[in-house]
Amino acid sequence: MPRRGPAVPSARAAAWRFVLQRASAAALALCVVVHLATIIYAVRHGLSSAAIVARVRGNAVWPAFYLLFVVAVAIHAPLGLRNVADEWLGLRGRGVNVLAVAFGLLVLGMGLFAVRTLAG
Amino acid sequence: MLPKAPAAPLAEPRGVRGKSRRNDARARTHPAYWAFVVHRVSGVALALFLPLHFVTLSQALARPASFDAFLAWTHQPAVRLAESLLVLALAAHFAGGVRLLLVEFVGWRADWQKTAIAVAVAAALACTLLFAMSA
Repeated sequence: MPRRGPAVPSARAAAWRFVLQRASAAALALCVVVHLATIIYAVRHGLSSAAIVARVRGNAVWPAFYLLFVVAVAIHAPLGLRNVADEWLGLRGRGVNVLAVAFGLLVLGMGLFAVRTLAG
Repeated sequence: MLPKAPAAPLAEPRGVRGKSRRNDARARTHPAYWAFVVHRVSGVALALFLPLHFVTLSQALARPASFDAFLAWTHQPAVRLAESLLVLALAAHFAGGVRLLLVEFVGWRADWQKTAIAVAVAAALACTLLFAMSA
């Protein structure tokens, strides 16, 4: 087995954070185009609870779309907040990582619950 | 052949927590600095808004009458303005994010940067105006 260099515990994790941040950004780019178009369409055609439920329940593609949207944002948002905490507030380390993961799980849980409510 | 990895981890630059890490005034006059600030601020705003958005959707759709009452509340001018600012944040974060993905994965070219920022600003403003005029 090749001898490994001095441990750099955060390098591998940092590379993963980079990949996850960009991959989720690419997914979100597609989701946000659809979301912005839907927002503008919905407000022009009368936004109501019935209209939203009818749209989302009318087609299996919508719940699947929102599922992807929620998962992507639950990855992207905590990574972004973590970067801001590090670079603008000087907060880093285990505590911030735990908070970021907790925020991601909160967003994931609340988002999945909302999608489930919408999809019925 | 790939170059050998450095024997020791790269040291954190000196003064990384101090003043030397800050940009000097010239960097702050470049549009890319303001694109960075807009991306940061819009990202934080959107992240903090997300839980609120999900609570509203999930609670209110279980009770349509209360959701429609909530929608009526959002017709106030101040709430409309806040909604338009959220759409601006979403559109700006999206357009700026696409610009960043292009810079990172397609390539950086000096003569494109200001144009790309201008296109992102225009796209974000166009979305927001379309929303504000429709609402």
